[in-house]
Amino acid sequence: MTTPLLQVEDLKMHFPVKSRGLFRRVVGQVRAVDGITLHINSGETLGLVGESGCGKSTAGRSIMRLLSPTGGKVILDGVDITNLSRREMVPHRRTAQMIFQDPYSALNPRHTVGSIIGAPFIVQKVKPVGGVRKEVQELMARVGLNPEHYNRYPNEFSGGQRQRIGIARALALKPKLIVCDEPVSALDVSIQAQVINLLQDLQQDFGLAYLFVAHDLSVVRQISHRISVMYLGHIMETASRDVLYSAPQHPYTHALMSAVPVPNPQLAGKRERIMLQGDLPSPINPPKGCVFNTRCFAAQERCRVEVPELIEVTPGHQVACHFPITESLGTTLITGPDPGLTEQPDNAPDSPNAAATNAVFEAGAEPWAQRQS
Amino acid sequence: MAVDLAVPSKPGATPEVAGRSLRQLAWARFRRDKAAMTSLGVLIFIFLVAIFAPLICSWFGVDPYTFNSSVISDDGGKPIGAWGGISWQHPFGVEWGTGRDIFARLLYGLRISLAISIIATTITVVLGTFFGIVSGFAGGKTDAVLGRFMDLILAFPFLLIVLALSGALTQRITSLGVPEGNASRLVYLILIFSLFGWPYLARIIRGQVLSLREREFVESATAMGASGRRILFKEILPNLWAPILVYASLTLPTYIGAEAALSFLGVGILPPEPSFGAILADSVNYFKLVPSYLFIPGGILAILVVTFNLVGDGVRDALDPRAARS
Repeated sequence: MTTPLLQVEDLKMHFPVKSRGLFRRVVGQVRAVDGITLHINSGETLGLVGESGCGKSTAGRSIMRLLSPTGGKVILDGVDITNLSRREMVPHRRTAQMIFQDPYSALNPRHTVGSIIGAPFIVQKVKPVGGVRKEVQELMARVGLNPEHYNRYPNEFSGGQRQRIGIARALALKPKLIVCDEPVSALDVSIQAQVINLLQDLQQDFGLAYLFVAHDLSVVRQISHRISVMYLGHIMETASRDVLYSAPQHPYTHALMSAVPVPNPQLAGKRERIMLQGDLPSPINPPKGCVFNTRCFAAQERCRVEVPELIEVTPGHQVACHFPITESLGTTLITGPDPGLTEQPDNAPDSPNAAATNAVFEAGAEPWAQRQS
Repeated sequence: MAVDLAVPSKPGATPEVAGRSLRQLAWARFRRDKAAMTSLGVLIFIFLVAIFAPLICSWFGVDPYTFNSSVISDDGGKPIGAWGGISWQHPFGVEWGTGRDIFARLLYGLRISLAISIIATTITVVLGTFFGIVSGFAGGKTDAVLGRFMDLILAFPFLLIVLALSGALTQRITSLGVPEGNASRLVYLILIFSLFGWPYLARIIRGQVLSLREREFVESATAMGASGRRILFKEILPNLWAPILVYASLTLPTYIGAEAALSFLGVGILPPEPSFGAILADSVNYFKLVPSYLFIPGGILAILVVTFNLVGDGVRDALDPRAARS
């Protein structure tokens, strides 16, 4: 097995909770990310899903070393970057870049698009052939922006265009990995599709790997090769996309899948809905044993005592549960052919019939994601 | 409409675009702002008048120090003629009791008032911006210490301190090699204005920095490997110009007023040197008899304040890329 591009082992990111008042003693820890293990191969997309506040964005930021992890290891392209200083990190920044959630706050309103996309070259002291300006305009064209808008300011663009600017900026240094922190959740649905398509095209062209953080299960299904499900700072289940959507084993994943809206009302009526009781527990004081035990419909005594390990149940399918559910609960509703699901993503790195599926893909087999012309 | 205008991705098909820098854009926008342009004109005029005050005075054949007994009455020194002795020789009239020309005194007073307020504002803005950025960016203990220090300064009763320290500090300044008299008092005023002025701006800047540094474009800069210095100067500082300019344009006239108030109280510029404060202080005594003596300097002060504010507003709007573009 080749070494993965990104390897994350038992990554922990805790934030101290300080008391109010003069002395500000540390009174607790927010366990935003509490020991996650995952890997991403080059050219692959790993979707990271979970509800709000489960620590998925924090995980992305710790991997990017925008935060200093409390524990664990982040190995990027063979280099352990977990404890590198800000200065030591600089050369490794080229390997991984990030796309942000809010296209309105991710671009400095006082800079022109040209200087925003060109900034990575200046910061990393890279001199592209033909000059920064030419390179930036090529990048703009590549992400579907008009290169003539080089001197415009971000406020003159729509949300989708701004996100394209963010993508161009992330591409500038030719990274191998891009951490996408909910890149489409702030956009209109039609624009989401365009941006997702763009990301997929770019993945194909540049052999990019994505860590795709999102809460929208349809979007994640569209773009990911493999998916990890997070809950309260822990990874509950990791599997290839098709396995996760058709045969999930973790009760939490079942609950998530049952929440995906089904466009066909007849099918929707037949589907089993699992309603989780209660709220997400506080990450300051997470439940003992399995963190999901307070809301789990299959929880037993053991779950309240013992933390389940993330165990490989079948090759490539890891579940952190004492009592994984192997039979279908009727939650996933994978009954008929669904082009978005049965086809491999067009750029699966080791898919034997990538070319064939590509053709289907190009022909517009995606029902909701019309490719822009 | 949030529609993406896609262009065919043809690398190389990048036509040359005539780009305008932010400064050119801002100037173009500023020029369209009629109020700001008028104010700028007035300000430039006032500045020129202040700079060339000696020339203008000699051209009119007046000076601020000469006593003219011929234009005041022998009993009580009442200016002869209507409106405090306004005439072709003395366009703004003459001073009660001495017959000194008010026009000349105002021009010379303008010089001193503008010098004090401009220098003090510059120092205030530099200090306030610096400490505000440090406080907001460093956070933690630095922020706490600076914050308490600012509170301390703000809690001091300004006027009392100014009056109490005036004698001792002015002497101290003189002993440091500054010429005695008005030069030392000028330095004292500038020092005291700057010292008490910067915390207000620093607090504004600190708040701005606190909100700016959480924005994702700062994270993005970190993610591409930018140094703290670059983030400070390239990402955060450009977003601070608006509050800085507005604050400066509000502070400058405040200092002119404060100088006037302090001269009024006797710790400002010493007579016979004219200053706005001294003139206003004197004019109040004769307000009922010669209203123009109070209203002319008062009016000029008001014009200064208003024009500074309008120009400041104009610059802020012009520097804002979100403003309409055409």
